[in-house]
Formats: sequence, structure tokens, C-alpha cells
Amino acid sequence: MGLIARYLETNDIPTVIAGSARDIVEQCGVPRFLFTDFPLGNPIGIPYDTEMQKTITHMALDLVTNASFSRTTVQTPFEWHDNEWRKGFMYVGDENRELLERAGRLRKLQQEKNRQEIL
Amino acid sequence: MDNGDPSNDLTTHRIAVSYIDKSRDFYSAQGYGKPYRWASNLETPFTRLKKPLNESRVGLVTTATIPKPGVSLEYDPGLLKTTAPFSAPSDPTPEALYTMDRSWDKDATHTMDLGSFFPLDHLKSFVEQKIIGSVSPRFYGVPTDYSQSRTSKKYAPEIYKQMQEDKVDIAFLVPL
Repeated sequence: MGLIARYLETNDIPTVIAGSARDIVEQCGVPRFLFTDFPLGNPIGIPYDTEMQKTITHMALDLVTNASFSRTTVQTPFEWHDNEWRKGFMYVGDENRELLERAGRLRKLQQEKNRQEIL
Repeated sequence: MDNGDPSNDLTTHRIAVSYIDKSRDFYSAQGYGKPYRWASNLETPFTRLKKPLNESRVGLVTTATIPKPGVSLEYDPGLLKTTAPFSAPSDPTPEALYTMDRSWDKDATHTMDLGSFFPLDHLKSFVEQKIIGSVSPRFYGVPTDYSQSRTSKKYAPEIYKQMQEDKVDIAFLVPL
């Protein structure tokens, strides 16, 4: 998405990204980024919390109006109900290393199969 | 954030998760030797909004896709599927979008509430409240693709062309 935003902005369409992968978006370099510190999947807010979702949507639009410089990041003032996800997502540890190696082998086989189906 | 257990004190570390670090370690543990090289730029373009927000047309861009007939919204293919960019009518708002072939935290949350990652209805309510001028007649989908060249040289110009046709003033991009 960062690369899409950069292209649109270069071609005179102002952009805003609302997302949760801060390092990826900021390293790509985008004009305006509204960051919500949530697990990936709900960058506009907690499911069924319409009020929060509208606030985040509104903040993203405000950022389009108010940002004066490129690479402007604003963080929304919301917290997820726990912090377990920070460790849990893509977790690698001694207890799952073997499982991941096996998953990797299966994944490569699947990728190879997909490639051959395309060919 | 501090619940008394020193090992849970987030403030001794950077709090925001580094997905660059996490994904590198995760795929390395799966036997992928060469780490992915993420897009990295110092120069960043910037263009100002040309008209007031309440006269501007907003175009929504998602990484989710239109559900396929016969494929459950909960079916996880386990692999990232590269799909073609697409556009679809903003009216009516789709009942659901398919997200399971994208990388997001499927243990911590879900995407059954469209409003949590695709704010089309929220934007429509902002039109009624005269906060924005209008919503683009179409919304736009871009695939998550490891190829930065395909993203910049193929997908981005396609989305741009559609946005020009739809006279979009603001691109609102929401990656999962």
C-alpha cells in the first residue's frame, strides 16, 4: 500500500494510509500515516465498535487536511484489550521451531505446486 | 501496561511491533534463507488537498478481495494469493470481503465486521453529515504482492487511472 500511496501522491492525488504495521509503512516512506497500535486486521478499529471506527476514519481525513509535511504519522489514542498478540503473532521459540521447519517444507511444496499449475 | 510482572513491562522495549523483524525471523525458521528486502525510501512525495474536505471525493483502497462463490469467508489457504487489482461499485456496500489469503493476526482478531478494516459505510455517513463531499462511485482493491516492481509499475498506475476516471480527490488506503 505504501508504494501505491507514493505513486498516487506523485501524480497529484493526496493520500492517507490507516494501518497497524508501523515499521513497514514508515520505512517505505509515505506522505500521511494514521497508526493504530492493534493486531493486524482491524486498522479502522475494534470489530463492532462503530464509534471508535468512525473516530479513526475521521482522524485519517483530518490528517489529509492538516498535514503540512510528508512522512506525517499520527497515532490514534486506542489500546487493544491485552498485549498477548505482540508476542504471539509469528512467534518463533524453542517450543515451535520444529513445527515451523515442517510447516516451511510443506509451504515450499505447496508453492512449487502452485507454480506448476500456473505454468 | 505494567501488570506487576517485570517481564511484561512493555516500556523497557519499543512497544510497536516490528513486522520487519518478526517476519524475517518467522520465515527464516521456516527455512527461507534469503530475507525479504522491504521497500525503503528517504524521499517521499507530498501533494496538498486542492479543495475543502467537504467538497472532496474520497476513494477507498483495500487489500481485501470480493468473496468468490463457493469459497467460505473463513477458508484459509495458508499462502498469500496474488490477485489482480480490481474495482467494484461502492453502492451498495458489499456485505463482506474476503481476507483469509492475506497476512493478518488470525489468532488475535477477526474481519467479520467490515467496518473494522473497510470504512465505506463510515465514509457514507460522513457524506450525510457534510464532512466530505462524496464517496467515489467505485472502491479499489490492490493485491499484497512481494514484487515491489509489479506494485509500483503495474498495480499503482491501474488504480490511478480508475481514480482519475472517478474524479477522486483523496485516496484513503487501508491495508489489512
